[in-house]
Amino acid sequence: MSESKQKKENVNDVVIRLAGNSQDGIQTIGGFLARLAGRSDQEVITYMTIPSTISGGPSIFQVRIGSGEVLSAGDSADFLLAFYQHSYEEHLSFLKEGGVLIYDTEYVKPDVDDKRFVYVGVPITGLTIEAMGGSAKDKGKNIFVLGLLARMFSLNVEKLRTLMSEKLLNKGEDVLRNVLVAFDAGYGYQVDNVLDRYYAFEPSKQVDGKSQVTMDGNQAMTLGLITAGIRYGAGYPITPWSSIMEALRSELPKYGGKFIQVEDELAAISMAIGFSYSGNLAVTGSSGPGISLKMEALGWAVMAEIPVILINVQRGGPSTGLPTSVEQSDLLQAIYGSHGDTPRVVLSPKNVEDCFYVALEAARIAKKYSTPVIILSDQALATRIEAFDEPNLEELVVDPQLNLKTRPSDYLPYSMDKITQHAPPGTIIEGGKYPVVTGLEHDEAGHPSGNPELHMKMTAKRREKLQILANEIDIPEVHGAQEGDILFVGWGSTYGPLREAVLGNTKFAKKLGHLHIRHLHPLPNGLETIFSKFRQIFVVEMNDSGIYGYGQLATLLRARYCNSSIRSINKTDGLPFKVREILEGAKRLSGDAVSNYSAYPYE
Amino acid sequence: MSTTATPEAPREKLTKKILTADHPTWCPGCGDFAVLHAFYKVLEKFQFPHENIVTLAGIGCSSRFPYFVNTHGGHFIHGRAVPFATGVSLARDDLQVFVFGGDGDGFSIGGNHLDHGARKNVNLTYVIMDNFVYGLTKKQTSPTSPIGFRSKTDPTGAVDQPINPMKKLVTSGATFIARTHATQIKHMMEMYQRAINHNGFSVIECLSECVEFYAGAFDAGNPRKGGEFNLIDEKKFDGTPEDEDRHDTSDSMAAYQLADMEWPGIFGVFYEKDRPTKNDLENGIIKKAREKTKEASDLELLQKTFNRLK
Ligand SMILES: Cc1ncc(C[n+]2csc(CCOP(=O)(O)OP(=O)(O)O)c2C)c(N)n1
Ligand code: SF4
Ligand SMILES: [Mg+2]
Repeated sequence: MSESKQKKENVNDVVIRLAGNSQDGIQTIGGFLARLAGRSDQEVITYMTIPSTISGGPSIFQVRIGSGEVLSAGDSADFLLAFYQHSYEEHLSFLKEGGVLIYDTEYVKPDVDDKRFVYVGVPITGLTIEAMGGSAKDKGKNIFVLGLLARMFSLNVEKLRTLMSEKLLNKGEDVLRNVLVAFDAGYGYQVDNVLDRYYAFEPSKQVDGKSQVTMDGNQAMTLGLITAGIRYGAGYPITPWSSIMEALRSELPKYGGKFIQVEDELAAISMAIGFSYSGNLAVTGSSGPGISLKMEALGWAVMAEIPVILINVQRGGPSTGLPTSVEQSDLLQAIYGSHGDTPRVVLSPKNVEDCFYVALEAARIAKKYSTPVIILSDQALATRIEAFDEPNLEELVVDPQLNLKTRPSDYLPYSMDKITQHAPPGTIIEGGKYPVVTGLEHDEAGHPSGNPELHMKMTAKRREKLQILANEIDIPEVHGAQEGDILFVGWGSTYGPLREAVLGNTKFAKKLGHLHIRHLHPLPNGLETIFSKFRQIFVVEMNDSGIYGYGQLATLLRARYCNSSIRSINKTDGLPFKVREILEGAKRLSGDAVSNYSAYPYE
Repeated sequence: MSTTATPEAPREKLTKKILTADHPTWCPGCGDFAVLHAFYKVLEKFQFPHENIVTLAGIGCSSRFPYFVNTHGGHFIHGRAVPFATGVSLARDDLQVFVFGGDGDGFSIGGNHLDHGARKNVNLTYVIMDNFVYGLTKKQTSPTSPIGFRSKTDPTGAVDQPINPMKKLVTSGATFIARTHATQIKHMMEMYQRAINHNGFSVIECLSECVEFYAGAFDAGNPRKGGEFNLIDEKKFDGTPEDEDRHDTSDSMAAYQLADMEWPGIFGVFYEKDRPTKNDLENGIIKKAREKTKEASDLELLQKTFNRLK
């Protein structure tokens, strides 16, 4: 690199927003950047929007790369790369003051008189055509840009080349060669003519020597399921769940398993329950409307006490709603959906890494308590890419066991004294009395019975096992202040922005804590002790504040703890929370003079 | 994957007595008793390992079946017994999977699952006790109720065209399709046996009278009530001239035509064809995948995937 004119600027936390149309392949640039960051032990989080129409449309991919902890995709961008005029106009407000606008001079005419920004115009389209030939016009632009960014950020070009060849080799040498031509053209562009500096990431603080893996939440969930020994499942396509079922369909056969695409979600959960009943804990999943369709069969699994894992990758609802946006509006459905008293377990991963681990936890609980377990992921987690420490697979991998050990003659499928553990078909029962699993209320042997007293006892049996589970769940740790003015409570993908709100240097309030709940149902015991240490508790959720003014988790927490300092910060714009929005919400609820709030619980 | 099982002990012969569980809750005289009896008798003949027989059902009078058979069993939800049973069948080739249910369960609420179980050719045997009425919910019109049938939901007589089960099954791709009558025990048993011996999705429609809500519905097919129980004359492929006119069970068009016969129609095997089962096809996919990965262990496979994501 000719460093003659350019200054070097060290950076440790950079947000780059790439804005174009979905067919421009900006996800590819973002993906490579994220993977490179992962390989360089940098922290990374991505965020993207996808148009819901298949013909494409405006779309963005945002990468935040940091040498320290990166928790969210960032409230605003340091760099905006605009492919078109509409990308520029739509996203300029997202660029920080002093931020750099990189744009394709062929399509974008920025208002260079606006002195808040630095302008870097590059004839992206023209140079790509020049390098690759006219036919490749719209194909190579993304890779050209990757080359350009590699130069601007003095990225490790060798690593990038390796990544590109790994990803593209199976598409043929020609393709790879073309891609590298476009990359070199971007990398060779004399950006120093228009920019007086280049950037370099500070070396990562990560020194533990562990390798990082880079993937999105759905991939992490899929791999978690496989690691957990799940070998069977069934599903029906719907965004954003589909990529889990697609991956399981192609991966499971390698492990001797089967994932079946079926006619609808009713069949999907029914088949998954059939797999589980046969002794092989199985998974199904969906999003939005598909989850609603599964509710009746879910209730059967609760009643019959058959374990099954149900993944809900939440999107905006109700009905077909906002198929490609994020929302957390299915919590109450997850906990209470289906008719009757139907206790089941609900878990939610806090980030991409946790998508992997939560699948393991779901499988563990499902088997131990012979219960359906719902995992509430969401669109933001499903599609964003993060780098995290490679899990210790050797330690974690679960060998799927089919237990057909003979059961004694006093075997009762629904014994009152024990947590149900079914004998799958193929199991010999001594004495030759075979059990029926059933959705009718039943006695200990599984015979249907409408006896009122029995129904009370059996209802309690199905509930009590989850109360036993609650005793076993660790109380989650509080981040930030351990006591004080405000405790933020969240669940699911709001983890990053919440943590950042608390850890970030804010002049707003002195004492902010953050509690993130992963086991949503049953809740861990002992949360009241944490709540009692804060003046105010703000539950931050991406769902509506409802008729009575509280979001879904807030409603539950208020009901359980009768604590009037629990209030809600909600939003339903289909986008992940920004740190700023959380702090503004807190301000709105408490006023600036937080400490004068009258409901301080322990004084 | 590993299986923990206890080694086999010498086996007792399976008899009707051993196979009998709870006393059926059906109304006295209900046709379903005979369907159950024939099932016991057929199981006596086959002598499957007791623990490997699985009896599954949806919801309805007929779907109560699993409680009355002493085998591993599951009483699932209305209309979804086929996908439930598919899960059991696909995960466990060692099991004999039976599904029982009614016309509402199979052709109405579960109609789409029936089509897809059939087209996928899942290996199981499905007996539909067709009584042309909703029994359990006390006399509403069913998808097979004939036009004019007076029910609580059609007090002046049903008006919708009923489903023709044989036609539905032929077009959806079931690989064994038979029709029988609950008063004809020997014929019923024969159909059971052929269905069980068939490798794939085998379905028997058994006309089984609901004495409570549709008495006499099937008298026309019962010689003892003055009806006619006419059997399909199957092709013998013996080159004789009379064989020309016999029914070729591998001919789906011929099966479709047979299904058009005037009430009470004809009984026997309408269609039978060998086609790879879903079980075989999925096992084939596994075999190929395992060969390609050179029988790698779970841990090796996972590690490889993670290495690609570094
Ligand atoms: C989802 C759902 N809808 C409705 C019912 C009520 N229901 C139970 S059985 C039945 C119809 C039974 O008719 P059929 O399947 O022909 O069985 P039969 O009782 O005649 O043997 C209905 C409508 C139910 N149990 N579940
Ligand atoms: S109501 Fe009809 S189908 Fe049900 S048990 Fe009685 S006779 Fe049989
Ligand atoms: Mg019926």
